[in-house]
Amino acid sequence: MSLLRTLRVTVNASALAMLALTGCGPTEPKVASAPPDMRRLTDEQYHNIVTDLFGPDLEVAVRSDPLTRTDGLLAVGARTAQISPSGFEHYYAMGKAIAAQVASPAHRADLIPCTPKSETAADDACATQFFTHTGRLLYRRPLTDSELKAMVSAAHEMAEASKDFYRGISLGLGDMMVTPKFLFIVDETQPSKDGKDIELTPYAKASRLSFLLWNTTPSDELLDVAAKGEFNTSSGIEKHVERMMASPRLHTGVRAFFADFFALDKFETLEKDSIIYKAYTTVVGKDAEEQILRTVADHVLTRNLDYRDIFTTKRTFMTGGLARLYHVRVERPDGAWVPYEFSDEDGRAGILTQVGFNAMASHPGRSSPTLRGKAIREAMLCQHVPDPPGDVDFTSFEDPNSPNKTARQRLAAHAVQPACAGCHKITDPIGLALENFDGVGQARMSENGEKIDATGDLDGIAYSDALGLGKAMRNHPATPTCVVRRLWAYATGRPADNSTTAYINYLDQRFAKDGYRLPELLKQIATSDAFYAVAKPAAATAMLQTEGGRGSSTTSQEAVR
Amino acid sequence: MSILISKKMERRAALRGMLGGTAVSVALPFLDCVLDTNGTALAATGQALPVRFGTWYWGMGHTPNHSIGEKRRTEKGIDFLAETAALKRHEQNLNFFGTFGMPLDGRSNYTHFSGWVANRTGSAPARGGEIPAPTLDLLIADHIATNTRFKTLDVSAAGIARENYSARNTDNRGAAEISPVALYARLFGPEFVDPNKADFKPDPKVMVEKSVLSALMEDSKAYIKTVGAADKARLDEYFTSIRQVEGQLALQLEKPEPNDACKVPVAPQDPPPDRLARVREMPNVVDTHKVLGKLLAMAVACDQTRVFNMVFTDNFANVRRSGETYTHHLLTHTEVIDPKAGYQPLTFWFNQQASNGWADYLDIFAGVKEGAGTLLDNCLIFASSETNYAKMHTIDGVPTWLAGKAGGRVKTGMHVVGGGDPITRVGFTALKVMGVPIEKWGTRSLQTGKVISDILA
Repeated sequence: MSLLRTLRVTVNASALAMLALTGCGPTEPKVASAPPDMRRLTDEQYHNIVTDLFGPDLEVAVRSDPLTRTDGLLAVGARTAQISPSGFEHYYAMGKAIAAQVASPAHRADLIPCTPKSETAADDACATQFFTHTGRLLYRRPLTDSELKAMVSAAHEMAEASKDFYRGISLGLGDMMVTPKFLFIVDETQPSKDGKDIELTPYAKASRLSFLLWNTTPSDELLDVAAKGEFNTSSGIEKHVERMMASPRLHTGVRAFFADFFALDKFETLEKDSIIYKAYTTVVGKDAEEQILRTVADHVLTRNLDYRDIFTTKRTFMTGGLARLYHVRVERPDGAWVPYEFSDEDGRAGILTQVGFNAMASHPGRSSPTLRGKAIREAMLCQHVPDPPGDVDFTSFEDPNSPNKTARQRLAAHAVQPACAGCHKITDPIGLALENFDGVGQARMSENGEKIDATGDLDGIAYSDALGLGKAMRNHPATPTCVVRRLWAYATGRPADNSTTAYINYLDQRFAKDGYRLPELLKQIATSDAFYAVAKPAAATAMLQTEGGRGSSTTSQEAVR
Repeated sequence: MSILISKKMERRAALRGMLGGTAVSVALPFLDCVLDTNGTALAATGQALPVRFGTWYWGMGHTPNHSIGEKRRTEKGIDFLAETAALKRHEQNLNFFGTFGMPLDGRSNYTHFSGWVANRTGSAPARGGEIPAPTLDLLIADHIATNTRFKTLDVSAAGIARENYSARNTDNRGAAEISPVALYARLFGPEFVDPNKADFKPDPKVMVEKSVLSALMEDSKAYIKTVGAADKARLDEYFTSIRQVEGQLALQLEKPEPNDACKVPVAPQDPPPDRLARVREMPNVVDTHKVLGKLLAMAVACDQTRVFNMVFTDNFANVRRSGETYTHHLLTHTEVIDPKAGYQPLTFWFNQQASNGWADYLDIFAGVKEGAGTLLDNCLIFASSETNYAKMHTIDGVPTWLAGKAGGRVKTGMHVVGGGDPITRVGFTALKVMGVPIEKWGTRSLQTGKVISDILA
């Protein structure tokens, strides 16, 4: 069976399952519980926590061990990530640096809730007050008596040795920030009501919710809600999910999801040749990434529109730097963001036509239909494109004596090799539709003097240009099912697999019924029993083993044409 | 399959036989004996100088027939061709290993990945992205780097922190240091204790820091009981990681031995902003590599670490030449072979830059005087790539080097012919030279228990 056919079969099976479920009624299927997890904080989460606790003025240079993108998401890799010696060393140095700032004369009055009797001696009462409050936010639950005592005692010891109360506070705080209780989001459990199984503690539920919706530690208010036991009932959870979703902080959470979903971390190391692309700078690169996130967040949250229309919307945001690449004018050329709507003449609509996507899925000095097609298949349709064979010969692609002037012609010459043809069939017809955008996403009509042919087809839907590709993506059945699968995996740290098929199909069905509104999907997950389900580790481990354990990591970066 | 080796029998050969066989207990005394009796490996203090281990990595292999002249048998002398001409000046510091195989036993060759993983871990990955065993530098660090500030130092001139080829497993891979300024601050910042400074007063505050961290670790150990088996293993790794910082604090409380070789370098400056957008243009890589290399060498000379890893270019060689549309990696696959030259000209240029970079690196280590010799004399540096001929992704014959005399344990200037033996014999030899008490290394067809005795002194 050809790869193309395999993809179609997958899509059709998924659609059939969806149809079948439509007739079954909208009850949430049960999900086999997974064991409690321990997810390492992402750098962004670390940064958000510090900013939430201590304000935006502190310098926070987070640089932890890199996470492995697994089953399409770094969030899944976080579930198995460890901490190397150099990673710990960085955490230690970072914790110390942050703690020193908190206890510094510039910040202590705002961030430490009491004044010591003497700045040159220990003050256990004041230290207790500080660690009780700050520790609860860092550990995402109240400190136990022994934890609190240990911190107060550490601060005491240092204050005595240094004759400096604040140095003691700094030491205790820095050390709290390197404990596993802070660096890992731990699913702490308690016996279930019937005593037969386990369940998440209310604080662990608060953490799950807070990291999913706000990508940060639970606030004081949320921890108070947990303490009152309001997460013990579905109605309590629903009430607070709605409250959290009404907060502007939901943007932070949703942006974090899309940054992971679309693998925007590639921008961290994206370089373009400055001779070939003079208008592309590191500042413009950052703006290009931000433009994708702003467009998506505005569309799915602020306007609460159909998710699928992120591939066709003409609304976006623009800076002066980006405007130079788009060859458009904006009122504020000073770097500020302004809303912008593409005109019909611009030939752009949807995130696939933006500078960011096209720059990210290109080579340093030229576009790549294959990389673009691969990125769309893998990141946005959740399909796998195999790596090229090891012995592939690309020289026909670059033969200087060949008459081929456009990427389409070069790829046609290259794809005559049987070993290459299969994969190129599933990537190139998508990417070639974007050939009117060069390696940094600037519009062009020709390549090497020859007019660009941007026709193509996506799984049987033909189009004549990038706008047509956007519409095909919008209407592709895998587009909404992909975001459902990824959002579930992002929320739980576990990829959708056989044990969750019925539940995922149920979510697909609800998502369609709700007009593909992402907030509704988020709410559905955040209020579902499945989101909070845990099982005792031993039994759950056995279950996982039968499913094949952890998923495949996707670190291969073998670039293709 | 055996390699072609000299059959000349001598006193050391008997010992080598024991070393390469099963008598593990013989290995350590033998190597200690070499060290202790080697007058050149003694420091000014009269104490034996430590032997250090390093790795050096470059992406995309080499250009066959234009890199190293082939040999039919193992012998003294390396035939440096045009691509590696810069290395000629270091012939007496190098051993080259050619025609070794990399059997994957039917597992996929995950391009530009399986090669380095197999060469450094002794095991072929079963899936893309998998690092199935610890890399050899960490096995050595576990053995020799128990009392230095840094268990290993990992740096990269290629500007991609995640591309570090030192890892405990798939999920435990530290980031490489890519900024000279950050590396300097880490090495020679306020926590550095200068061994040659006359006055030394331990800071009681550091004592408190250490004791509080230890208490915290004990508290966290109790926490481990509350998690499942897989997470227990992750927390065990976390505790191992804490020990490095504990050790660092302990070292701040001890006066180090005076060390003539240790000279605190001048702090590097931040590069101009426009350079940040061109980190991976080859001239910038070469420049950054030299700056990072000098810092690393001085960290070794100052005994801040005994295991050090440098990446010149990453395994996908995301490096560029200004004005070119493709990276080095993509050129290996797309550039047409010049019929007159017989190779891909631009690709050759990039490969040549890697050889030049390797020579620069050796210059740096050979330029640091230590004892009666140089720092390089007291190091063993394993250098390798992930492919042989990148255009075709071949991994048999992946070019591999060992540099340095390992404090007199190794003789140099040899071209060792592998004859298809697994490349892991080089890594295994390095492990044994560094005193790691193992009898075999690697899995499946990559497993070996045979040292390459031709290079043992």
